[in-house]
Amino acid sequence: MAAETLTAAEPAAPHGWDLDPVLTVEHLTMRFGGLVAVDDLSFNVGRGDITALIGPNGAGKTTVFNCVTGFYKPTEGRIIMRHGKSASEDAIRRLTETGEPWSESEDGAIFLLERMPDFRICKDARVARTFQNIRLFGGMTVLENLLVAQHNVLMAASNFTIGGILNLPGFRAARQAAIDKAVYWLEHTRLLERADVPAAGLPYGAQRRLEIARAMCTEPHLLCLDEPAAGLNPRETSELNELLEYIRGEHGTSVLLIEHDMGVVMEISDHVVVLDYGEKISDGSAEHVRNDPSVIAAYLGVEDEEVEAAEAAARAAASAAAAKGRAENGPAENGKDTP
Amino acid sequence: MADIDKVGSAEEHQAPGALVEWEQRVAGYQGEPPFVQEPERDSAIVAALKDAAIAAGIAAALFLFFIGFRTDIDFGGLELTTRWQAFAISVIAVFFGRLLFRVLFWGPRQRGGRSLAARAMASRAGTPLSERFSRHSGLFGSFALAAAVLYPVIILLAFPLKDKQFIDLGILVLTYIMLGWGLNIVVGLAGLLDLGYVAFYAVGAYSFALFAQYFEVGFWFALPVAGLLAAFWGIILGFPVLRLRGDYLAIVTLAFGEIIRVVLLNWYTFTGGPDGISGIPDPTFFGLEFARGDDNLPGLLGIKYDSAYKQAYFFYIILALAMVTNFVTMRLRRLPLGRAWEALREDEIACRSLGINTVNTKLTAFAIGAMFGGFAGSFFATRQGFISPESFTFIESALILAIVVLGGLGSQVGVVIASIVMIGGFELFRDLAEYRMLIFGLLMVIIMVWRPRGLIATRDPSAVLKERKSISADMVAQGEGH
Repeated sequence: MAAETLTAAEPAAPHGWDLDPVLTVEHLTMRFGGLVAVDDLSFNVGRGDITALIGPNGAGKTTVFNCVTGFYKPTEGRIIMRHGKSASEDAIRRLTETGEPWSESEDGAIFLLERMPDFRICKDARVARTFQNIRLFGGMTVLENLLVAQHNVLMAASNFTIGGILNLPGFRAARQAAIDKAVYWLEHTRLLERADVPAAGLPYGAQRRLEIARAMCTEPHLLCLDEPAAGLNPRETSELNELLEYIRGEHGTSVLLIEHDMGVVMEISDHVVVLDYGEKISDGSAEHVRNDPSVIAAYLGVEDEEVEAAEAAARAAASAAAAKGRAENGPAENGKDTP
Repeated sequence: MADIDKVGSAEEHQAPGALVEWEQRVAGYQGEPPFVQEPERDSAIVAALKDAAIAAGIAAALFLFFIGFRTDIDFGGLELTTRWQAFAISVIAVFFGRLLFRVLFWGPRQRGGRSLAARAMASRAGTPLSERFSRHSGLFGSFALAAAVLYPVIILLAFPLKDKQFIDLGILVLTYIMLGWGLNIVVGLAGLLDLGYVAFYAVGAYSFALFAQYFEVGFWFALPVAGLLAAFWGIILGFPVLRLRGDYLAIVTLAFGEIIRVVLLNWYTFTGGPDGISGIPDPTFFGLEFARGDDNLPGLLGIKYDSAYKQAYFFYIILALAMVTNFVTMRLRRLPLGRAWEALREDEIACRSLGINTVNTKLTAFAIGAMFGGFAGSFFATRQGFISPESFTFIESALILAIVVLGGLGSQVGVVIASIVMIGGFELFRDLAEYRMLIFGLLMVIIMVWRPRGLIATRDPSAVLKERKSISADMVAQGEGH
């Protein structure tokens, strides 16, 4: 295919995301019964990059997210999250062999996300996420939403509730620090005025911002955003871009986002991965992806002749493979029938 | 590739004014679903009459067999009699009852989804009564506490002849308040519908009774042990229901309550089965007993022994236990654990995405709720002096749950009001025999129609930055199984 030749023709100089990845997805496959939602997908998310995962509807983007954040257990594959300095391949291989979910060294830590339950992925591996259909705690105030996000810090500070019931000074200080952090994020998402309003009472755009603020309150190393710009008007979209740039710039948080709004994707992402039918069809800079013919074909469709040509080529390849398979397997199957 | 840029962008809407229009349209389908309420074709009266007629029709179809026909066993088989008069009265009662409800309470039918946006829209209506309550709940609380502290004194002075009966009623109400507060942790805060709460009440009661029987320990030693054992059983119940939602959760907890009761009933050699356990000791007051004799407390104080003093002592014990329950619950709500319970009720998946261990959070809710049930059970055993499995039937669970639901899920003050009304009302109407159940049922229906989310339906935020505003019930999720 044209796409492959183009990818192969890329200059040999490795990209930033391949040199220092914060997240590596290797041979990820997710099957639901007979349906293959994600098929042998591999990509890197660079440290401090904004990486966009794009693709037509049903391409498997959200499934990848759910695998990374532990909401699905992948059928096959390895998902590696790295803290601190880039870990060596050797360390990762050793960790994989031990069967442990993570290992720590003085340089940082490695986490194999496919082995961890969902809440630990946020708590220990520090991957936070937002949802395509907003999931706020509607009956709790904006401030409470941000305090819930700091649950683990506060829980430890309250000596697992005992110190909290006695209202010890250590807990009081931690609670004040948690409120300060919440106020910090409320300022940066322009929600400070609405801190005491229930989350369900916020307008849609503000709910999206609150969800990002809530995710940031968990102090993630990687922030996964599932369609953050969906349903935002153009003004809100440009504010979202600024917020994401700020998160990346000031906090060094890497961002992985699913997005349909190409304005957002092309403007802010350093690295774009394109999925179609659960397979990666393109991977590179925004500029590279935008000119990739296979991406254009996936999004806009192609002329009939091209489809026919491609299908004919595929049929020919398939029948050749089948003939080869028959030649190899035929005698073996016959052998099985006769005892 | 310019074409990709256009996907999802608003370039074609750039004409002045068009942008505003476009934003409005987007805002339109983000808010309410884009349907308008069907215009009322009939006038209000005709619609109400139609509605009442339909209800009467359904009632007629059902009552025809339930009320219209009656069979009696007679010589040589069944004798069929018809009761057309009773049938007609029932159908007419349904017709006018429905009409009355429609006119008084419901107004035009309202529809609405359960989305965040719909909840936000609905909240604008406001609920003045419960807002007034929650604004003054601190005041109400102190007043109620003062009244409770003075209650036995007032009763002893004002009703010297019926004092025991009235103090006993106070003890009963306080026991249910405590149970209501305990269950409120599980159902109101964590949003896990528990229909078997009485099991922990039974565990607490039997822990003390059995400890007293086999090891001859006193109430004050058995109380914490009973609480711990009940908490342990709370965790035992918690494990199998961790993954259950909605109706399934309710059914399993219901079954759990029955299992405990049936085990107590059938393990004759250990629990005494249906005979129960008697001779459970009274609590002492720093080693002194409330009994006749010079060595005991009334004798030492030089007062004439009166069993009403013992009742008053019981009253203060349960008052203290209930206040501990209330204090701990109110504190927990402002702690990360309590906030995680409420977050769990709102959205479990979001909780997990924020690194909250939902397994531990649910188990602690079950354990702490059960612990208070165990304390109350232990108190129940010492007050009664005799317990048997008959005290721990499903109807008790239902009654406690009814108190929590009527009071308003998650509301501490609501539980107090509901307990006083329900338990107090129950005892006041004792003379009316079977009619009191009828009145009780009617009252429940009226309250649920009038205030479907309970008496105190607003939620008080657990942390405030600038201004404390109570949150309307329409926005607060009810959790699993409601």
